Amino acid sequence: MKVLTLNFLTCAVKTCKSSADSFPLHPKDAELAHDDIEINPELLANVLPRIDWTALRTTSTELGFPELPAQPPTVEELEADEALLKELHSLLLETQMMEGKLVCGCCGHEYAVREGIANFLLPSHLV
Amino acid sequence: MASTSSSLPSASAAPAVARLAAGAPEAETNGIANANADAEAYERANVHSVYEAIAPHFSATRYKPWPAVAQFLNTLPRGSVGLDVGCGNGKYLGVNPGVFMVGSDRSAALVALARDRLKEEGGVLPTGTGVKNAVRDETSDVTNTTATSGSRSSKEGITDVLVADGLSLPFRDGAADFAICIAVIHHMSTRARRQDAIRQLLKCVTAGEAGKAAGKVMVMVWALEQGSSRRGWDEGGEQDLLVPWVLKTPQQKQPRQPKQSRKQKKGAAAQHGQEGSDAVVVAHHANKSGEPPVPGPVPGPAQDQDQQEPAAPATDAGGGVSHTDPVFQRYYHLYRKGELEEDVLAAGGLVLESGYEKDNWWTVATNNGPTLSEEQ
Repeated sequence: MKVLTLNFLTCAVKTCKSSADSFPLHPKDAELAHDDIEINPELLANVLPRIDWTALRTTSTELGFPELPAQPPTVEELEADEALLKELHSLLLETQMMEGKLVCGCCGHEYAVREGIANFLLPSHLV
Repeated sequence: MASTSSSLPSASAAPAVARLAAGAPEAETNGIANANADAEAYERANVHSVYEAIAPHFSATRYKPWPAVAQFLNTLPRGSVGLDVGCGNGKYLGVNPGVFMVGSDRSAALVALARDRLKEEGGVLPTGTGVKNAVRDETSDVTNTTATSGSRSSKEGITDVLVADGLSLPFRDGAADFAICIAVIHHMSTRARRQDAIRQLLKCVTAGEAGKAAGKVMVMVWALEQGSSRRGWDEGGEQDLLVPWVLKTPQQKQPRQPKQSRKQKKGAAAQHGQEGSDAVVVAHHANKSGEPPVPGPVPGPAQDQDQQEPAAPATDAGGGVSHTDPVFQRYYHLYRKGELEEDVLAAGGLVLESGYEKDNWWTVATNNGPTLSEEQ
């Protein structure tokens, strides 16, 4: 599970979706791995506007990474700043949550992450 | 090839799903909730558990994207973020290297296969990087052949996978630019659930508001009208079926030429890796398998031949299906012409494009913004 993916995820419980507390999900007991993936500046620049920056800052801090700037870089800034590109590439695409849980801040449900795959199947009483 | 003249007929699932749609009498006190639970239990038994069991075999027959889907994916703007709901082994993830895609599936076994596949594959690379890969291959660069090290421009960088139910998706509303859902919705056993599945997809993509391009959802389902296929299904026929899948295990392959057999299977039986090719591995009588499970075979041509064209050498080469090959029945709702569009409309979507591609109906729809109907 990539950090970028986490930025698009919320709780699978329908009644949680309208609550601001359900996004982003909070990593718990997270074991991280770092994959070495070829950098793709164009993809990063294109995906940047899709990212919820505030949520990404939260996730990044919760995973123990240095705090991100309060405002997202513009696409131009990103393209001109190789160090920033590398940093975001490393955080968003190369960092993998391998084990642990993702916790909904609304209902408290914990979704397991095992071997890098998050499982969002709900117990029947939550469907 | 006596075996090819026999077949594994599909069986009607109509009585079962009619009960589900109506809500079982005992469920009346709690109405829809219980009826939905029944439908879910039915799908668990007749779809989910089957895919868990057949995942590796199923995956091995699924590797070539449908042209209509590939076309849809390849015309997306670069940098789009998309979802593949019911991604199976992930064959659509990474088709377009310019977009980021997250695949989800109800089957954890298939998702694990998708993950492994995406890790291993070199990926679809933009022009120019292919050479690099070729060089790597020639020099047997070890770091590029291991799964955990070496810089790879594989599909890994542009995809991710997770386990989720199509009716309870974990994606935040409007997060994606597009979503595809290929050969999934036909496994849902009531019309309400099929429409709800489309509604959930529409919610995931950006709404068509001022200044924002509306997200697109592509849905593809098995068609009732399969006049050119030898399955024998066609207009006016039974729409709710249990379709057999014979699980072929490697040990049960023809001992004489195991390699040849596998090659042929890939070459023709699974050539397109398409959802419609399932029945190709099926070529014997249901009662031989010891699993005559369902209300009875479908009347009509479906009994004659359960294979798809082109004639499946897998069957020929294999000399038929072993008695010990386990048979699994998967529930399908075969869509009649126009039905998919009706379901999209009922879900609050706006149909942009529709078409038919070799035994399947597909449609591309948008989230019609404020009019997106709420579920009950």
